[in-house]
Parts: sequence; C-alpha cells; structure tokens
Amino acid sequence: MTQRITVIDYGMGNLRSVAKAVEHVAGEGDEVLVTDDPALILSSDRVVFPGQGAARDCMAAISDHHLNKAILQAAHSKPFLGICMGQQVLLDFSEENGGTQLLGLYKGRVHHFPGGIAPDGEAMKIPHMGWNRVHQLSDHPLWYQISQDSRFYFVHSYYVDPEREDLAAATTDYGVSFASAIAENNLFAVQFHPEKSADAGLQLLKNFVNWKV
Amino acid sequence: MLAKRIIPCLDVDAGRVVKGVKFVDIRDAGDPVEVARRYNEEGADEITFLDITASSDDRETIVHVVEQVASEIFIPLTVGGGIRKADDIRRMLNAGADKVAINTAAVFNPEFVKEATERFGSQCIVVAIDAKQVSAEGEPMKWEIFTHGGRKPTGLDAIEWAKRMSDYGAGEILLTSMDRDGTKIGFDNKLTRAIVEAVPIPVIASGGVGNLDHLVDGVKMGGADAVLAASIFHFAEYSIGGAKQFMQGQGVEVRL
Repeated sequence: MTQRITVIDYGMGNLRSVAKAVEHVAGEGDEVLVTDDPALILSSDRVVFPGQGAARDCMAAISDHHLNKAILQAAHSKPFLGICMGQQVLLDFSEENGGTQLLGLYKGRVHHFPGGIAPDGEAMKIPHMGWNRVHQLSDHPLWYQISQDSRFYFVHSYYVDPEREDLAAATTDYGVSFASAIAENNLFAVQFHPEKSADAGLQLLKNFVNWKV
Repeated sequence: MLAKRIIPCLDVDAGRVVKGVKFVDIRDAGDPVEVARRYNEEGADEITFLDITASSDDRETIVHVVEQVASEIFIPLTVGGGIRKADDIRRMLNAGADKVAINTAAVFNPEFVKEATERFGSQCIVVAIDAKQVSAEGEPMKWEIFTHGGRKPTGLDAIEWAKRMSDYGAGEILLTSMDRDGTKIGFDNKLTRAIVEAVPIPVIASGGVGNLDHLVDGVKMGGADAVLAASIFHFAEYSIGGAKQFMQGQGVEVRL
C-alpha cells in the first residue's frame, strides 16, 4: 500500500536532507512531499516536522505560513515525527531569545545547556554538537532494531524539559539528563537528527514510515 | 558524553577525488560518491570535501558532488574551498552540505564570518585555519596564519585569530598545521592544545597523521574534539572502523 509522507516546510532551513532520508527508507510508490500547504499536510498519511534556527524565528515562520493549527491537528491525528526544533516548539515556552512562547502542545520549558566541565574533565561545549548516546526508556516501535544507547547526531544549544516525565521516550546526558525523544500516542519527537545519524537514524525513519499507530 | 569524531577528508578537483584513493573494492576511486559511500560504510562520523578546483568554470561541479553524496549518505557533510560569499554558502547548504568551511575569505574579510553566522547560524560555519609555527626554539610558542597553501604569511597570530573567529560566531575551527601537513609525523599537538584552550567551540585537528597513535595523541595530547585525516584512510592502510577500535582501546570515546 502506498502512502503520502509530508515534510512540513515553513522556510526554516534546508529540508533536503530530511526529505532525502525519508525517501531512502520509504516504500516503493510512497510519495514524499515537502510543503507548507495545511490542506496537503492534513490529508497526508504521515507528517514529519523538522526545524532549525532560533525559537523566535521558527515560531514567526510557522505563524507566517499559517501552520499553527495544521501542525497541532496533525500532531493529534496521524503518525507525527518532530525533529530538532520540531521537538522543542511542541512545548509551551523556550528560554531562547529572551523568552519565546511556543505551540504549547505540552506543558514544559526549553532550557539552555549549563555547559561547564563534565565529571571526566571534558568541557561541555555549546552547542551540543556531535554523536551522543540515546538511552531508550521504553520499547516503543520507533526503537525497533536500534540498540540501546546507540549514538545519534545532535546539533543544539537548548533542550526540552516537559512537565510530564512519562512523555520521555529516551534520555541523553550532556551535563544534564534531558529528554532526547518524547512520545505519546501517534506522536514521536526527537532532538537529534535521524537524517544525519547514519544507520541508527535511517532505521528510526524506517520505523516511522512503517509505524502502525 | 559526545564521541570524538573521525573525519576523512577528500580533495576534489573538478568533481573528481584527487591525491589518490586506493581501495581494492572500489571501481572508480575518483568518484566522490563511491569514496564517500565507502567511508560511510566504515563508520566515518562526518565527511569533509575540500574543493581545490582552480578554474571557476569547474567550480559548479562540487555542487553536484554534494547533491549526489547528500542524497545517498546520511552523515554530516562539510564543504570547504572557494567559499567567498554568502551565495556560495547558500548554494552548498541547498545542495545538502551541513557545514561550510571558510578559509582565505575569512582572512581577507573577517566580517564575512560574522555575516555568515548571523545569516546561516553558527552550527554550519566552520572556520579553517592554516597555521605555522613562527617562534624559534627557546622562545614562547607562537603560530601565524598562512594562506595559499602555507606560502603567504598574514601577520595574524593563530590564537588571537581563533578567538576572534569564535567571537564572530564560528561554530567550529578546522585547524591545520602547515608544518605537519603531508609529513605523516603526527599532529602539532601543542598548536591544537593552545587553540582548544583559547576558544569555547569544537576544534578539529588536521595535518600530519601517519598512524593510529597520532589520532589518539590528537585527542589526548591536543585535546581535539575531532580528528581529520586523508591519506591514511585513502590508501587503505587503516580503515576508519579499525582506527575507531584502536582509539577505543586507548580510552578514547568513539562511535562504534
């Protein structure tokens, strides 16, 4: 059965690598569409919501593209994968840019990393950039065939801190232990970049494409 | 904690890998896509392309190389060489590069780095620094920035320059010792250490790798966040997977 997977494009950065990675794992005949059209987003089978850049710019771009409602509706109704800023903006408030209101799907804040020196003497540079371990907290279908504590590729300076602890699907340590993945019902959202995380990342995208909610 | 990154670097001239790559099982060692695919399979954490195309007519070809590689290989890609204006950066990012490395253009127009980081974000702007030791023996260590493959001195102190680039928003420093480049006697770990201690951003050590101990030293003695090498991987003396196994055995945290 073929399906349409939509990558939401709201002008924040280049979505080519996300779209290419999804195409790489999608089934034959599946359509991968990059669009900002709310109707097309809501009529698709699955939605990928990437994002990069600063929180305020992201929120402004979402609003300029009239996507607030469509994103929240998709997040409630169909397999939905948030990536990077696409995870952060699901909360209600970010410390970035002197304080930014987000989409508010979940209660919780987005904090800046503390930095400093790790117990092993390493400086925890900001942004948190590179391959870090992702500790799975459940056997969610999106972790299928991905080893516990696999490394994924991260690039970010802020991290999500949802009020509900049960939202976390994985944690990662970088001075603090933060929710590098959150999940609820049909929604999964990750701070790392599966499209840049080699085999583990492609497996996660494949799991998303095959996910039966 | 973050793994130390191992980054193979490929010199590309008019769309072809140069300086020789010798893998027995690669059909066309000049094809950047095939070589990148091989490094990806071996577990490279990132791939860097350095465009050394002299003629501006042929420079468009690197864009196609990046496009092809980015549609097949899902790890971060950095492209350096010939990045002189914002439009060059935009084209590379649109083609699928995750980061661009700015070298000469930063020396001639430091404000370009500031403009680039404000426009595209720090995370995709790498400043490449080519440094040479200029202090005599017995004097306090001093390194200077050189351009044109190490031939032209600039009068810029390497440590001061790295700090300035970091202040301008650079996300990373790609640090090449021109004294060591091509020598295979190891990184200039004192240089790496000096830069690592001067800036709060990641530093990639480059220039001089001849064996796997050198990679370990770059991390342990130099304090590098990532190590870049070309020839030891190109000639299949060592595989990237083998290098990582060795480094892990020496207590370096790597992605296996």
